[in-house]
This record gives sequence, structure tokens and C-alpha cells, in this order.
Amino acid sequence: MTKTFRMDEAQPRLLDETGQGIIGAPLDRPEGPKKVSGRAAYAADGMPDNAAHGVLVRATIPRGRITGIDTASVAETPGLLGVFHGPRFIRNPAQGMAGEAPVQPGDEVHYHGQPIALVVAESFEAARDAAQRLVVSYDADANVDTDPAKTDALEKGDPETAGDFEAAFSKADVTLDRAYSTPPHAAAAMEPHAALAEWEGETLTLRGAQQMLKTNRLELADAVGIDPENVRILSPYIGGGFGSKLGIGPEAVSAALAARELRRPVRVVMARQTVFDAVLRRTETTQRLRLGADRSGRLLALSHDDRVTNLQDEGFAEPVSQASQFLYGAEGLSFAQTLARVSRTPSGSVRAPGEAVGMLALEQAMDELAEMLGMCPVELRLKNLPEKNPMTGQPFSATRLADCLRDGAERFGWKDRKPVGTRRDGEWYVGMGMASAARSNMLIESAARVRLSAEGAVVETDMTDIGTGTYAILGQIAAEMLGLPVEKVEVRLGDTRFPAAAGSGGSFGASSAGSATFLAAKAIRETLAERMGCEPSDLTLQNGMARGGNREVPLSELIDAELVEEASVEAGDTSESHFSSGFGAHFAEVAVHAYTGEVRVRRMLGVMAMGRILNEKTARSQALGGMIWGVGSALTEEMAHDPRTGHMVTRDLANYHVPAHADVPGDMTVVFLEERDDMANPIQTKGIGELGISGAGAAILNAVRNACGARIYDMPATPDRVIAAMDAAGY
Amino acid sequence: MRDFEYSRAESLDGAAGQLGDGASIIAGGTNLLDLMKIQVMVPGRLVDISRLEDLKGISEHGDGLRIGALVTNSELAADARVRSGWPLLSRAILAGASAQIRNKATTGGNLLQRTRCPYFYDTAMACNKRTPGEGCAAQGGVGRMLAIFGTSEHCLAAHPSDMAVALTALAAEVEIRAADGGIRLVPVRELYRLPGDRPDLETVLGAGEIITAVRLPAPRPQTRQVYKKVRDRASYAFALVSVAVAVEMKDERIASVSLACGGVAPCPWTNPEAEQALIGAAPGDDAFATAADALVAQASCHPDTEFKIPLLRRTLIAALREATGLADSAAANPTTRTPA
Repeated sequence: MTKTFRMDEAQPRLLDETGQGIIGAPLDRPEGPKKVSGRAAYAADGMPDNAAHGVLVRATIPRGRITGIDTASVAETPGLLGVFHGPRFIRNPAQGMAGEAPVQPGDEVHYHGQPIALVVAESFEAARDAAQRLVVSYDADANVDTDPAKTDALEKGDPETAGDFEAAFSKADVTLDRAYSTPPHAAAAMEPHAALAEWEGETLTLRGAQQMLKTNRLELADAVGIDPENVRILSPYIGGGFGSKLGIGPEAVSAALAARELRRPVRVVMARQTVFDAVLRRTETTQRLRLGADRSGRLLALSHDDRVTNLQDEGFAEPVSQASQFLYGAEGLSFAQTLARVSRTPSGSVRAPGEAVGMLALEQAMDELAEMLGMCPVELRLKNLPEKNPMTGQPFSATRLADCLRDGAERFGWKDRKPVGTRRDGEWYVGMGMASAARSNMLIESAARVRLSAEGAVVETDMTDIGTGTYAILGQIAAEMLGLPVEKVEVRLGDTRFPAAAGSGGSFGASSAGSATFLAAKAIRETLAERMGCEPSDLTLQNGMARGGNREVPLSELIDAELVEEASVEAGDTSESHFSSGFGAHFAEVAVHAYTGEVRVRRMLGVMAMGRILNEKTARSQALGGMIWGVGSALTEEMAHDPRTGHMVTRDLANYHVPAHADVPGDMTVVFLEERDDMANPIQTKGIGELGISGAGAAILNAVRNACGARIYDMPATPDRVIAAMDAAGY
Repeated sequence: MRDFEYSRAESLDGAAGQLGDGASIIAGGTNLLDLMKIQVMVPGRLVDISRLEDLKGISEHGDGLRIGALVTNSELAADARVRSGWPLLSRAILAGASAQIRNKATTGGNLLQRTRCPYFYDTAMACNKRTPGEGCAAQGGVGRMLAIFGTSEHCLAAHPSDMAVALTALAAEVEIRAADGGIRLVPVRELYRLPGDRPDLETVLGAGEIITAVRLPAPRPQTRQVYKKVRDRASYAFALVSVAVAVEMKDERIASVSLACGGVAPCPWTNPEAEQALIGAAPGDDAFATAADALVAQASCHPDTEFKIPLLRRTLIAALREATGLADSAAANPTTRTPA
């Protein structure tokens, strides 16, 4: 029987009371050895003997209609099994949590690179060759909007406001009004998107690389036109997602359709180029920041307007100003968004949608304002921390931002920061910068099942592990609650036959699925307490022993038959009454070559308060990974589209520059400040995955300014932009 | 990928005999295989020369070195003689690709690698280099990696090799087995053709010709050699611009200088005026700026590559500062890690 828990009020901090003592412990990921030895089967790893290979074909016009797909042009292909297309093919992956099929455009083409057909053959090489040679004819539209700078197809939202921004801005002593731009970003997960589809009668089984199985199942069923009950998705291991595997994609739908027709399994693995062409990317943005402060550094006015893009019919718009709306307070606040519709690969959620790019602008603006005021950037932030969410009036559930700022400044040696352009090391300018970090936190409906037998415990949920440590933390939660060594807990994930969880996204997976696991285990504890004849609060479980009511017995003696509990959790009143967010502070030291403008990050420090830490090692890895993405967004990452066609020009990882090892400083430190968020969920955690990137890039760019005078308003800070900005600043 | 025939050459003569219409030599394959997978190159036959012992090894040749065409980039960069006498070459090689690629990539193959122009790589885009007469989609497109010297209306592509730039500054020659079995020598710089109206013809190699070695002349005594590469990330990226320079000082003045640039042309780019401007000069940013002006005077930029003019100027000056001892940037290079 499923027990549903609604988060209506703060819960006891039970995980601080339990006896096993492994919550927060820096345990290795239990599946790690499998992954590094090639024994963890990713979606494309299993290839049944009778499976066929499918390769997607892309549209090569920006917009128009397909008038013919000439299958005769590939008829000679050895082992050709078919060329598949039709009304059920999807245009692009579903947006995260859509729960229904994305646009099925029929014979219409909406962007260059859109998957329009699947070629299936006995061999991968033959399928790829045929996909390359397939002749497709089009009736191409003239005058297509492919350039965001030129399109008139604009959807302007009304500003979200609090107070009177204009009035506050006009009375400010010091004002700043700056434009920024960020390029599109790719999720750039290591594992390309892959699917293996197999039918048994009316039942479809899909092995895929998917982050959110509950909604993926609905999306796939809707796209294929079958009952979701007849769809099973397996996604036990995922080679990185970063948002790009939130929704069902063309590889999965086309594999399912072809497999049904061919009556045999079909595997489709996207080429890296296809991943760039046809997987949701992060939008390009232009942003305008207006800040007004009095002489003391108190913010009076804050406005953050942005312009983003997406393809027609896509409901997602990058929430650029998300953190700007609650990080600092001011009398007048205003946030307006414009969405430009262009024929380009559509945009969606990519690592910390909103904060990852919005905070690059906000936190650079704050740094510049501090400079205008002659204030320390840390002090400026400390002076403007709001008591409550300034837009909604909600109190924060838990915030240690001030502590993060102070602790970080102390640890980093911030007091040694020199005036702009005054510190040299040979041919290199050296400087320091900092920024706040914020990423709002959520609890998403999740369920999990916990089984306890004399042998140990099993956790089952359709939650996924995108390389982040889900297996580790769910095992730790169950082991802690049931008083077992963690080796005695098996965690089974990524199967739609298990209870449905939030999936991996929005940094909410650990809190949400973790709470469900906690609640299911808690229900088992209640049964055990009953069998011990004591109150649950008097029950102590440790290393397979149960203590309570003045007796101590092995757990196995309390279990005749397997105990099974399923629990689910959902957000409740606390999500209305309080505002929950992770907070932190980033510090960076960089060197900038005085002649070539090359930037090298020398060290980084992130001090973060992210609620209860479930596993210190996986949490740290998450934070470090986020900070490295911060390096990428500040210095290297930039997708390029040809403005004439909108097509993706940077279609591989040689041209799309994620930070290489040499870009990552050897000295990277993450510090977690102890915190419990009682309003967030029953285990007092917050999301971790995306806080590391939020603000990290801005700290680097502020350090670039401190080093060499260059302010980088158009990101990333590649050498050409840095030398131009150094010239402009007179350095 | 198209089907192809594969044959393993047992001798150089045998390899030459198998070359012909639609055949391609394969050695390391680090570039060719990628291009075959995306069908930018579709050779009907691969002639594998990777087992030919004659093409392996580095030997002393007079005061210089003879580097077999099959010597891997890793082997060449690590060679003790190269590191001490021609450090520019080691540095340039190590500035390119990744360790895994350098372990496989060969000296001959490195010289013959194809451009990284994204329009060349995308078969949906017009490219005269890929399909003569089709047009050049890079014109009016995007491309911060495009060339600024030696281009034509038919092609804007840059040559991506770092090694070739260093070899040019070191006055190396390519040893080529001619179709008739004879050997001819061509300076590295002259191995490459400018695109003109036939961008598909990239080198002066004739039908049936095979690169057998690179000959490196003795370094001039007392030269200081520097390879400076600027790119969009700290490693594993092609050059936005690079500068190879060997400077000989006498009485605190520049006695001779040899200079080549990468990332800016369809070949390693040289400029005698820039070199001339430095001869006899006392090292200093003013003298270097004069040379830099001469170097960039003939640039012709796509809108996306206009930055290469100031960046190349600055990179040349930085390289000359290092080569003349005005800067010891290696000592302060922040990427040098101290082991914890």
C-alpha cells in the first residue's frame, strides 16, 4: 500500500537521530567499479542478435515541406531493411516533464537538422551510408527567420515587478545600465543519445538514455500511439544528461516505430553531429541589467530583462532572471522577457536553466556596481541580502548566504585582492573575483519501494542515475533508516515497472526520490517498532540489530516474511509558505596573458550551503562539476549557428569547447556549510547539481576584470574578446 | 561509411603501385577515418603503409635529422635530440591534439591533415575543397577558424597543423618518393598550394607520390626557439593563431630570425618583410611592433576573423619577447602545476 506524504509542515530531523551514522559519509558510488570496467550496460551496449541498426536523416533546409523521400536512391544498400518516416516522427525531444509527445510535424521542416527519417539496415555502416545518400526533395520556404538578431517574431512578456522600478532607479545615486550576451550552450553529455526498441506483441520495451522515466513513458506512448501501460522503459545507467535527456527524443520514437514494423529490435544511436543538430540546446541570450544604489551601497532598483529564443510551438523559455528575482532586495524590481521565434534547433533545459547564464550578467553587474561605489564586492552583497523573497514576500526556508560569503572571503584570502591591473606574474596579469551562487530548490512528486528481508534491503524506484550518485545516496538513506551496513542495501533504478519518481532534473532528484525512500523505510521502521513493542521514536537500528523497549534483537528475528513498503511524497504547504533555494559564494583567481588575452583559472573556491548533505563525496563531485561548467560558460563554450540557415556550425566536441583538463585549475576547493532545510522536504536536503555552476562563471569574469581591466559583456571570454576589452579599458 | 578495399603495403614500391584513382594512403588514420565516417572523404581503397619499416625511425643525417614519415607525433616530440636541438618542434607537436591522438598520428599524416573548416566537414554545405565548383559556404557564413592570408574567393580554409608551422620555421624539407621511384625534396612551406580556383588541390604531391620522411637541417647555433599557440581553450583545440620563431642574437641585437605562423593561412605562413624588419634590431616592443605591422599588412579577413589581426600581432610580440629573453613566461606559466 502506498503511503502518500504531503509536505505541509516541518518534519523532525530523524536522520540526525538514527544510529547507522552513514548519512553524509563520503562513500564510493556502488556502481562505480562496473562503470569504469565497462560492465555497466548503457542504452547502446546491449545489442540482441537479431537487432537492426537505425541512423537518423536530417533536414537540410531551414523551413519548408518535404516533397519526396526517394527510397530508390538507397535501394542498392546492402542489407537495407527500410526507410522510415511519417506522421508519428517527432521534430525534437520533448521538453522536461512534458508528459506528451512533442511536435509531430508530418512532412513539415521547421529547422535545419531536424530528424526526418530513419534508415535501418543490417549493419551500422550501411545504415549510415544510406542515411548520408538518401535523396530528399523539399519545397523550401523563402524568408525564414533564422537569425535572432533580425527576426520580428517576438513574444514580449509583461514585466514581473515589485515596487516601482523606474521611480527607484531615478532617485539612485549610482546607476548602472549594461547589455550582456551569452551564446547557445550544448549539454555535451559524454554518452550520445541512444535507444534500443523491442516489441513483444503490443508491449514496447525501450532501453534508452533518459532522465525522467515517468513522463518519458507517457511521451513515448503518445508519440507512438499506444497505451502507456504497454510501454516499459529501462534506463539504469546514463552517461550524463545535463538536461538533454529529460524528454523522449527522436532516436527513441523512430526506433520504436521501425521496430514495430520490422518485428525485430532496432537500435538507434545518434552520431555526435546529430546530438548537436537535434537535441535541445540552451538558447542564446541578450540581457540588460539596470542597478541603482544609494551612496552607502544599498540597492534601490534592480531590473533584469532578457531576450531568448526558441522554435515555434515550444513552450520553454530560459528563465534567465530566476535568481535575480530573489537574490538581492531592492525597492523597485522589474523583470521582462522577450521570446524570439527562430528556425533553429529548439532550446530547452541545459544545466541550471536560467541561473547558468542569468547570473553571469547579474553578478558581473554587481561587481561593476561595487567598483563604481568604491566598495568591496563581498560587502556590497552582504549589504543587500533580503530578509524575504523580495518578489513574493515568502521567508526563506534556510539561507546561509552571508555565512558563505564571509567564510569564502576568509578562506580564499580575499583581503589580498589588489586594485585592477596591478598584480603581475611575468607576462600574466593576476586577479581575483567573486560572485554569489543561488539556485532555487524544489520537491517533485516521487515514490519509492523499500523491501526488507533477513538478507538485507532493496530500494526500487524508476528514479535515474545520470552519473550523479543516486545509487549511492538512496542506498545510504535506506541503510541509515534500517540500521544496515550500506552493502546490505541493493538499489534498483531506471525501470518504469518500479514506483515513479521525479527523475533527474532541476537538481530535485536526490531530495524527491530520497524523501520517498526515507518515507518507505520509515514505514518499515514503524512495523519493526511494533514488533519490538516500542514506540518508533524509541527504536534504534544499527548494524542489523534492533534496540527498543529495553531489549536488543537481531533485525532478522523480527522479519518472518519480507517487509515491503511503498511511499510517495509531494510538495505541500511549505512550498507556498516558504521559499527554498541553495546558496553559496564562488571565488576565483585567474591569470590573463598581457599580450595574447589567454585566461587561465588558477584556483577556485565554492562555499555552499545546500541543506543536509547525503554523501559528501558525490555532493562534492557535483559541485566541482558545476564549477567546471562555470569555467566553460565564462571562457570556452559557444555554439555557433549560421545566421543564413540557422544550422549548427559547431557540430562536434572539437568545435564546441567544453573545458579540457588544462582549463581546470588544480586547486579547486568546495566547502559545505552545515545546514538543514526543514521546509524543503522530510530529509532537510536541497538540490545540489546546479548550484555549482550558478555564479561560478561570473566569479571568473570578475577576476578577469580585476586582473587586466577587461570587462566581458559578450561571453565567453575567448582571447579575441579579452584583448579587445583590454584595449578598450586601456590595459 | 562507404565500403572500401583495404590492402597492406609490404614495400614502398608496392604501396606506390596500389595508388591510383580513389585510393588513399592510411597510416595513423586519426584524420582520415573521421572524415570517412562522415563521408567527407570516400576513398575506394586504403593502402596501409603503417608496417613499412623504411618509413620508421629518426636518424641522424649530416648535422640534422631524418624523420621517417611514420614516426608518431609522440615519438618525435619526445626524442631527446629533437628536444635539445629543435625544441620548437617538440613544443609545437605537444601543443596539438591529445596524447592519444599523438600516439597514433604520424609525421607524414600530420603534414597532410585536412582543414577543420566546418563547411568542409558538413556535406550539406557547399565546399569547393570537397566538391570542386560547388561554391564556398564559408563566404558569408561563420568561422573564427578561417584563414586571413593566402585565401581566395573559392576557399577560406586554414591549415590546422602545428607541426608544419614549426617545421617551416626550422627550414625543414619533405622527402618525397616520386612516382618513378626517385626522391625529391620540397621545403615544407612549398609542400602546400594556395587555393586559388582549385582548393581541392592542397599540395604539390603528384599522382603516386608518397612522403617518406622529413629532413630537419642542423639548428643554427645560439638560436632561441619559441612556439606560441593561442586557442579557445588551454588544450585540445586548433590554433586561432600560432607563431613559431627561432631567433639568433649577437651583441644584444637580432642577428637572424626565422618565423612562421599557423591558424592564419592554407599553409604555414611566412613573411620575409617581417623577418627583415627584425634583423639588426635591438629587442623591444617597438621593434617587434614594426615586424608585426609588416606581418599583418596583407591580411584579408572574413568578418569573423578580423580579430586575428590584433591577436596575431600580439602573439608575435609575445613570442619574440620570449625568444629574446625579455619575458620568461614559461617560469610564470600558470598552467604549470605543482604536484600536491
